[in-house]
Amino acid sequence: MIATMAGAPISIEHVGHGYGPLSVLHDVSLEIAAGSRLAVVGPSGCGKSTLLHLISGLEQPRAGAISVAGDGLPERRLAGCALMPQDDLLLPWRSALDNAALPLMNAGVGRGQAREAALPLFRRFGLEGFEQEQPRRLSGGMRQRVAFLRTLLAGKGVLLLDEPFASLDALTREELGGWLAETLDQEPRTVVLVTHDVDEALRTCERVAVLSPRPGRLLLDAPSSNLSHDDVMEALRS
Amino acid sequence: MKRFAWVGVLAGLLLAWEAWVDLRSVPDYLLPSPSGIASALWDERSTLLSQAAVTAREMLLGFALAVILGLGAAILLQRLPWLRSAVYPLLVASQSIPVVAIAPLLVIYLGFGLSPKALIVALVCFFPITANALDGFASAPAELRSTMRTLNATPRAIFWRVELPWASPRVFTGARIAASYAAVAALFAEYAGGSGGLADSMHDQLDTQLVGAAILLLALLALALFGLVTLLERVMIPWAREG
Repeated sequence: MIATMAGAPISIEHVGHGYGPLSVLHDVSLEIAAGSRLAVVGPSGCGKSTLLHLISGLEQPRAGAISVAGDGLPERRLAGCALMPQDDLLLPWRSALDNAALPLMNAGVGRGQAREAALPLFRRFGLEGFEQEQPRRLSGGMRQRVAFLRTLLAGKGVLLLDEPFASLDALTREELGGWLAETLDQEPRTVVLVTHDVDEALRTCERVAVLSPRPGRLLLDAPSSNLSHDDVMEALRS
Repeated sequence: MKRFAWVGVLAGLLLAWEAWVDLRSVPDYLLPSPSGIASALWDERSTLLSQAAVTAREMLLGFALAVILGLGAAILLQRLPWLRSAVYPLLVASQSIPVVAIAPLLVIYLGFGLSPKALIVALVCFFPITANALDGFASAPAELRSTMRTLNATPRAIFWRVELPWASPRVFTGARIAASYAAVAALFAEYAGGSGGLADSMHDQLDTQLVGAAILLLALLALALFGLVTLLERVMIPWAREG
């Protein structure tokens, strides 16, 4: 286990949001239990990434309320969530190890100690031998693993994964999808995974929520075990 | 081969110049020939080299001051948005003040030593560094800032660990532009108050061969400073060059 925080519950009640005259999300309600995984699927522009920003406290909803671990204050939500964006956004001037250790250093841990904490995880994440490499020398899949490790090392109870493997080729995406599910089994957190990939959603998460085209409304929220690929596709088409 | 194309272009220009002066019998006071400039450079090498050393010192000191002031001002303006709103427009407007006009005043305030000349060089050079650094800070992706906020980073950590390194290629771009200004700025400063620098060899405008030799040395100093900045960039931020 990387951190003691095994997850925090998320409550989303009748949330609406938009930018200027543009309405992006409309009356979305979701309850996500501590330590569970929810995949959010929907067409482009339906507000999936906005939902992650709202949960994390980076943005405040126009309507409704969001709480993480029972706390609705934006700064408290920010303190409880770690975001992994679609692009890895690794810092090109830092080694892979220093990139992964960055959240610890941000939290005030000394550089040496932060690197020591991150180092053993490189083997577990299939990155052994690449600790000192600059990000540009890593493959796309490896960069995403480093980015995920960085997200985990933030020590937050909630992981918000915004299409983390969307920029990779299909084969690597499938491989990393399986790896992500295994890793999350070993490192339980509350996870909200935004994805376009229905199979990835069903494979990685216990629940799948489907949003309508913009403004995103909740069309389906059901356990993955009760859903097939076709069920999700049908909800998306509706 | 492409790398050395400039040698061919330069040689061609010099030959054409020499031929023009010779064939048209252009008098020296109108246009010195390259061979005449080379001859003056050799004959006055001792004086010219000691003058170049003085000018180089003014350039280096002024440029170093410009980097410290320019980057320091940019950091301050980035960290304090209210100060940026209040001061940046004035800073932009100040660039329209001709340094030639204020150089004599600085000499009156600070004397005839190295300090006023270095300060004039710094005044000319600092703005490209400040402007490029500010643009560089702003160019860090918003998504990266947001992500960093969720990775325990305070605004201060975001600045020092993300925005400042992110801006460093732009800072070097500004420094290269500033380096190209430094030689002319040093010359302005020397004209304003005698210094023993290369401007001393340019006072007699009719001795065009000596003036040409001094200009050549000044150009070489500018190139050397530009090269030094480029070298430092390659050493300090290799990741920027390798993409």
